Amino acid sequence: MTEHRQGHAPDTHTKMGFGMYLLIFGALLGLTLLTVLASQVDLGVWNTPIAMAIASLKAVLVVLFFMHVIHSSRLTWAVIIASVFWLGLLFILTFADYLTRPWLIY
Amino acid sequence: MSDLVMPAEHAEDHHPHHPFLQHHFEDLAQQHEASILGMWMFLATEILFFGGVLAAYTIYRVMYPAGWAAGAHHQNIPVGTANTAVLLGSSLTMALAVYYAQLGRRIKTVVMLILTLILGTVFLGVKAYEYHAHYTEGLLPGVHFTYTGPHAPQVQLFMTFYFGMTGLHALHMIIGAGLLIWLTLRAWKGHFGPEYYGPVEVMGLYWHFVDIVWIFLFPLLYLIHQPGGH
Repeated sequence: MTEHRQGHAPDTHTKMGFGMYLLIFGALLGLTLLTVLASQVDLGVWNTPIAMAIASLKAVLVVLFFMHVIHSSRLTWAVIIASVFWLGLLFILTFADYLTRPWLIY
Repeated sequence: MSDLVMPAEHAEDHHPHHPFLQHHFEDLAQQHEASILGMWMFLATEILFFGGVLAAYTIYRVMYPAGWAAGAHHQNIPVGTANTAVLLGSSLTMALAVYYAQLGRRIKTVVMLILTLILGTVFLGVKAYEYHAHYTEGLLPGVHFTYTGPHAPQVQLFMTFYFGMTGLHALHMIIGAGLLIWLTLRAWKGHFGPEYYGPVEVMGLYWHFVDIVWIFLFPLLYLIHQPGGH
């Protein structure tokens, strides 16, 4: 499995075992149940942030392990971090306008 | 002329030319790295594409919280939860298809790809069942919208977002299912192994991305908590 091919083959193959995939899948199912249960409890303003935090954690698990980003090149990391940063710009600048409009008193 | 050129080329190339190595890459490792990077570039545009829809959703949700809660109240949470599990399962089988392709296990790769296709189809079938339920309840926006409960106009807006977002997601899955059929045929022909499995890995990136979109859509469209229980 770890035979060396002097750079002629991708060097990323099978850095993760079968059991690891099952473990991540189990964690994703557990977090899905957790988010459903959390939505049944009245947590005031915290319901939505908690749901989004759980969804983000699930997304990070999928990206790092199912998408093998934990073993990906720095260039791939740069693309992913840049896209999340740009998504942040999209949200922050949009919400800084729309979500603060009710603050104005005419 | 060619008699003179050919031996010189072979002297540099110690390994037999891999049939799927494109001529513009140095070797399979570089080709693999480029395809992974290219796919992430595409996914970056997809992240921003869905991000724009999510921003619009958030603006209207903050504007009409009661309408959003009333709309989400019409979602079938047990069915949505089960369908989320089905989609996560399809991501597991997709990840295992890549795993077996890396090991050169042809039959197991094919089986995992077919399982992914089946689970994806089950997800779409359940989605169709849900769409039909919304239609019969009069919740399809437009001329068929007959819902007359509280916050009806805002519920119609919520349902517009619901159909738009889940519809875009379903469209991505339908495209993914088509690609899976093509990939399964290639795997069956024995195209993939430890040296060359890029297409399976790139397909995996796409499929997992679509899974991540659903991971966010599920709480946003099904699990809106209603103060006081409604």
